[in-house]
Amino acid sequence: MYNSPYLRQNTSVRRVMVTVLVAMLPAIAMQVWLFGIGLLLQIAIASATALACEAAMLSLRHRPVARALGDGSALVTAWLIAVCLPPLLPWWMIVIGTSFAIVIGKHLYGGLGQNPFNPAMLAYCVLIISFPALMSQWPGLQGSDAATQLDWVLGGERALDAVTGATPLDALRTGLLGNADVAAVMQSPAFGHLAGAGWEWVALAWGAGGLLLLALRIITWHIPVAFLGAMALVSGVAWLIDPSHYASPAFHLLAGGTMLGAFFIATDPVSGATTPRGKLIFAACIALIAWLIRAFGAYPDGIAFAVLLLNICVPLIDIKTQPPVFGHKVEPPDGGAR
Amino acid sequence: MLNKLFSFNGGVKPDPNKSASTREPIARLALPPQLVIPLHQHIGGTPRPLVTVGSTVLGGQRIGAPDGNVSSAVHAPTSGRVVAIEPRPMPHASGLSSPAVVIEPDGLDTAIEREPFDWHAAAPGEIRDFLRDAGVVGLGGAVFPSHLKLNPGKSGHTDTLVINGAECEPFITCDDMLMRTEPENILRGALIMQRMLAAKQVLVALEDNKPEAATALKAAARALGNASLEVVVVPTRYPAGGAKQLIRVLTGIEVPHGSRSTDFGVQCFNVATALAVWRALEHGEALTRRIVTVAGNVERPRNFDVAIGTPISHLFAAAGLKPDTDKLIMGGPMMGIPLPNIDAPVVKATNCLLASSPTLFAPPEPELPCIRCGECARACPADLQPFELYWHSRARNFGRAQEYKLFDCIECGCCAYVCPSHIPLVDYYRYAKSEIWARERDKDAADSARERFEFRNWRADREKEEKAAKLAARNAAKPAVKPADGPAPAADVAPAAAEDPKKALIEAAMARARAQKEAVAAKNTDALTPAQKAQIDAAEERRKRASELSGSDAPTE
Ligand code: SF4
Ligand code: SF4
Repeated sequence: MYNSPYLRQNTSVRRVMVTVLVAMLPAIAMQVWLFGIGLLLQIAIASATALACEAAMLSLRHRPVARALGDGSALVTAWLIAVCLPPLLPWWMIVIGTSFAIVIGKHLYGGLGQNPFNPAMLAYCVLIISFPALMSQWPGLQGSDAATQLDWVLGGERALDAVTGATPLDALRTGLLGNADVAAVMQSPAFGHLAGAGWEWVALAWGAGGLLLLALRIITWHIPVAFLGAMALVSGVAWLIDPSHYASPAFHLLAGGTMLGAFFIATDPVSGATTPRGKLIFAACIALIAWLIRAFGAYPDGIAFAVLLLNICVPLIDIKTQPPVFGHKVEPPDGGAR
Repeated sequence: MLNKLFSFNGGVKPDPNKSASTREPIARLALPPQLVIPLHQHIGGTPRPLVTVGSTVLGGQRIGAPDGNVSSAVHAPTSGRVVAIEPRPMPHASGLSSPAVVIEPDGLDTAIEREPFDWHAAAPGEIRDFLRDAGVVGLGGAVFPSHLKLNPGKSGHTDTLVINGAECEPFITCDDMLMRTEPENILRGALIMQRMLAAKQVLVALEDNKPEAATALKAAARALGNASLEVVVVPTRYPAGGAKQLIRVLTGIEVPHGSRSTDFGVQCFNVATALAVWRALEHGEALTRRIVTVAGNVERPRNFDVAIGTPISHLFAAAGLKPDTDKLIMGGPMMGIPLPNIDAPVVKATNCLLASSPTLFAPPEPELPCIRCGECARACPADLQPFELYWHSRARNFGRAQEYKLFDCIECGCCAYVCPSHIPLVDYYRYAKSEIWARERDKDAADSARERFEFRNWRADREKEEKAAKLAARNAAKPAVKPADGPAPAADVAPAAAEDPKKALIEAAMARARAQKEAVAAKNTDALTPAQKAQIDAAEERRKRASELSGSDAPTE
């Protein structure tokens, strides 16, 4: 015996997750085209690790394995980890990051829907803290052939200097630390028209995938708009004040993980704010903190740290931003933990 | 002219599935061998039976008298003999029985002679009494006695009378067909209601997926030529037919949970209710029949004009129930209730009977954890955060659920309809609400039990003391008075004197008990943690506030 409603929309968690995976394809394709097949290998390793960990944890927790594996949430985490890591990491780093995300980031908190932190960002932060050097090597454009890339990922000897370079954000930071000004740093070959050579195209592909998510109503406009708006605003103000020390808004919007973060990371429903106003605050704060870390911090890109910081604030944000209920334009539910 | 429509947030657009049952006109269903007429078919007091087993009744004869003003009469739909007055299974999810008058029709269908009633000349109060005695209640499903709502209240007038023909639930078409067939009489009923409510305007609203009904109503409105009456077509979106949502769409007013729409100058009735009012006043017809949509997994989906009390099995037989039917539903697929018993009768609240099959309404997929995607919040027409209600209801954290306005939930099902995790969200809300009610009932019961117990104890003590006192008095009197002289004067006086003090003492004790009860109100919750206690206190506070408004939350169908 079950009760009303007897009608259900044709929807499922799996459908949502698969749509997210599809929306990631343009950017993945772009990245592979520009930098080689290393990313695909990474995605494969991360996916396999995630599924294995998920299955292991589910059976340890005596949960139905097949059904939960089929929801696709582990794959989304795996793919997000793979795309935000530098493409030519040795395989064991990907395994460490992914299993950390699934085992500790997700299942120790109670599994799907329970994790307070974005698992992919957790993995990224663990890796960048543990292996800062490896995490800052990104392949140059027209880098290496497929065989070499394969060899590297599988742990072969790495001829680092030959084909790897810093990311634009990294180059900018190092340059500025060396007292060069923004314009001078931008002259270096790592920079393309707007952000970094090639990277601006990857960023635009993330944006395209994000628009697809918006069109399919998987995400709402609040988080991307607030994220990109805040990033443009804060970097714009700094740039207007001192263009020799601060990069332009266009650079910040298209460099590093801004687009990926705005459409795919900060929009993770489980660890993000849920109310419309809460989403605006949540995303704007992430962008602000990410910019602060980029401009003044010890790491080239700060989105991962900013996301984790704001994840902590989500219960508070949600409570303080409850929308008014039909007929009550006053008195939202007050204080207390979620 | 209404030149601006408003909108409510949320809502969903399920496939309306209305065409199958509107192909054929309404069919008048033959009488069954037995009619089971429940006495209690409306919100309010249960009517007293006016007939006994063996008595003969005529069509339209009153068989149940309203119990007070918040009640409504019940009538025999046809002539025949009362064969039983006993509890019978009701069309209710619980499958519980309730007292019903069972009539065997004699096939003659002799109607009672109708008392003429000149409603044009009657005072509003008289019209209301007449409607109560004619058994007119809201036919949109809430079955609230209509006469109670046909009162403009203190202000003496109403801004807007809304006649609700939106009928937003999929499959249900009884109002649609009624609007197509009897548009003039619906409007005439609406105008009577307008007069009783002293309403400035009448808005007859229906969704834009009923073009035939809209055309019929508009033509009828033109023919009546009343400038204050308007037919308004609103966009199709479930639950646009919810009274609060419809009032919002038409007037922009949001009536909060716990207040009357009349406080905002609006009153809302279902189209079938307007027609019932017209028939009662103009033709003296009591409410003994209604239109019921039979749809879903049946061979011939259709609307039937049925006598109230007809067994549901009779309707399904007429529509041809398909063999793979796995469950029966009264109402629509979004808010309908499961019917445990096919022999339960059609009641005044029965607007639709739906047969379900595994292919029509697939059994729910396994429930996954909530991923906080917020789809439910976007779909909620009450602007709630359904997933928060779910978390707190599931965790039995009822105080928090109430803070998130659990009782503002209208159980429309939109949230569960869109949830990608297939969580039966509304079940959790129903569970939480019933738990909260049960707790409050338990608490009340415990309080009055304690009061009784304390009073009994006190009385036992008191009696012991009195006996001792009497004994002492007698002993004291003995030496002075000879036994032959009869009872001692002292003893004679004592009981008489004790009479009044005794009463005073009883009263004092009752007062003490009450005071004590106040002081230890949370006794039955002693085992709870302070946090839980605080929650209960908060709930009580809310309940107090709610009970101040009590009775004011009259559903508007
Ligand atoms: S729609 Fe379902 S999964 Fe999504 S937030 Fe609501 S309850 Fe959770
Ligand atoms: S059932 Fe309640 S919580 Fe769910 S959408 Fe309807 S009003 Fe909102």
